Amino acid sequence: MSLVLLIEQVLNGLQFGVMLFLMAAGLTLIFGVMGLINLAHGSFYMIGAFAAAATAAATGSFLLALAASLVAAAVAGAIVEMTVIRRLYNRDHLDQVLATFALILIFSEGTRWLVGSFPLFLDIPDYLAGPISLPFGIQYPQYRLAIIAVGLVVAGGLFALIAKTRIGIQIRAGESDREMIAALGVDISKLYTFVFALGAALAGIAGALIGAIQSVQVGMGEPVLILAFVVIVIGGIGSIKGALLGALLVGLTDTLAGFLLPTAFGLVMDPASAASVGSSLASMSIYILMAGVLLFRPTGLFGSS
Amino acid sequence: MRKETILNACVLLGLLAVPLWALSVDEPFIITLATKAVIFAIAGVGLNFALGLGGLVSLGHAAFFGIGGYTMGILASHAQNYAPLMEWPLVIEGTKSMPVIWLFAVLFSSLFALVIGALSLRTSGVYFIMITLAFGQMLFFFMISWPAYGGEDGLVIYVRNGFPGLNTLDPIQFFGICFALLCIVLFLVSRMARSSFGLALSGARQNEERMQAVGMVPYRLYLIAFTISGAITGLSGALFADLNRFVSPTMFSWQTSGEIMIFIILGGTGRLFGPVVGAAVFILLEHMLGGLSEFWHVYLGAILLGVVLFARGGLIQLVAGREVAHD
Repeated sequence: MSLVLLIEQVLNGLQFGVMLFLMAAGLTLIFGVMGLINLAHGSFYMIGAFAAAATAAATGSFLLALAASLVAAAVAGAIVEMTVIRRLYNRDHLDQVLATFALILIFSEGTRWLVGSFPLFLDIPDYLAGPISLPFGIQYPQYRLAIIAVGLVVAGGLFALIAKTRIGIQIRAGESDREMIAALGVDISKLYTFVFALGAALAGIAGALIGAIQSVQVGMGEPVLILAFVVIVIGGIGSIKGALLGALLVGLTDTLAGFLLPTAFGLVMDPASAASVGSSLASMSIYILMAGVLLFRPTGLFGSS
Repeated sequence: MRKETILNACVLLGLLAVPLWALSVDEPFIITLATKAVIFAIAGVGLNFALGLGGLVSLGHAAFFGIGGYTMGILASHAQNYAPLMEWPLVIEGTKSMPVIWLFAVLFSSLFALVIGALSLRTSGVYFIMITLAFGQMLFFFMISWPAYGGEDGLVIYVRNGFPGLNTLDPIQFFGICFALLCIVLFLVSRMARSSFGLALSGARQNEERMQAVGMVPYRLYLIAFTISGAITGLSGALFADLNRFVSPTMFSWQTSGEIMIFIILGGTGRLFGPVVGAAVFILLEHMLGGLSEFWHVYLGAILLGVVLFARGGLIQLVAGREVAHD
């Protein structure tokens, strides 16, 4: 039976990784194109989740809720970019960190003000509720499998957008030389707003998808944001491919360490202390992974030095 | 005298005058607020050493703040339970003596700063920000999941630790201890900033290649600065734990790192007294805005955003003008 359990955990890790990718992709795009470190990215995750919960409560449709999360986060992203972020492109990283930290304070407490401290709930739609049977007699929640699928589709779409479309060409050109692309007649400030809104929308849909598994509450974005930073550090800043690989690595490591380490320590210790040592080590596992990657590749797996 | 020097003297005198006034009108709560401001100021001075002088934007200084706090918590909890920390190979007892606790807080936080710094300084720029943040978060999750010292609930210390010859439970005497430590730290930091080490560090921040060309190793300079910075922040963590007689994983949270950074920005980056002014203003804002609304962080965020966007250089620059190159 433990093989079945292991496969389930691997699937959980994949689902977690795919969600982290949606967060990390936006962050890494924004950094790659605009050179901006955005701590407030977790706020868009939260905005997406709240928009989805409110829409689902009003209309009862999960698909509409997902659409609302995309739109709300993208609009919030565009507004924030045009009012605040735009002034930060030429500042140093310290100013960017502080200004976006201030945005987190405003968004989080503002949401608490409007909605209250109690978590909202977003229900999984009926057609995705319940388990699905996979080979080897595995029963796995349909919804989580759907998340993996949605995440992979979005990832594919993002790769296609960047590799095949005109706007993708502009994004890639913006990454390599900002002045040149502006000189060639591309409206750089529109491009920046678009990239920022795109990143925010990706975070928003991730928030909505996860909101149905966990609860929708203020402050839900920041833990994911920090994990997304770890993903980017591992994958290399500015690289979408690195973000995907890093996200899957972090998702799998976190899930499998939480599952395997207590069991592994149980072989050599009594169960109570094995559980405590195992779980404390498991909570540190992804950071140890990050430190390990840093020792060998300071600029991440796909980063350019 | 320069305007900034006069301002600095006024700030120190003001910090001293407020609790003395509070003592005369019997308002112990205000003394506690002033003590908190002084302790936060020490944390800010610590971070400012790495950030202002070395240009190292660390978003993980809560780690050292927390380690200082837990050093106090662990030593004092063993002493209050009469359970030795270690029995083999030699017996180590807990302690309730502040100077001993400070010594260990500084020791442990500088050790952690050395290790975290050695790893994080392999990178620079945005990577460094994210990595320090991640290491801080790692310790946060470790403290939550480590059940031996209270886990998520933290540790309560029933009686404030002692200092030879003083009654630390008296708010004004504890304030005196913290204030004296702040003055010592400020003095040491200002000496270090003018030493050849401080000048080399400043040079590395401004132009790394040039410093390398004259034979300095920036990595080593940064690592020393980061370690000293962590040690000072660790000391303030031990004091903060003693102020509250309580430690919890919140001390490690990334919001704490952000707040320490806010002190510096409100006051002015790279200024010796920037974090002192910033911490005092922060406590004042917390007290005033917190009375206005439960959601005072919204206003704090707006103020911070305003300072970053429109008042670069912080409050000291507003009052004393731009930084003078040398005195």
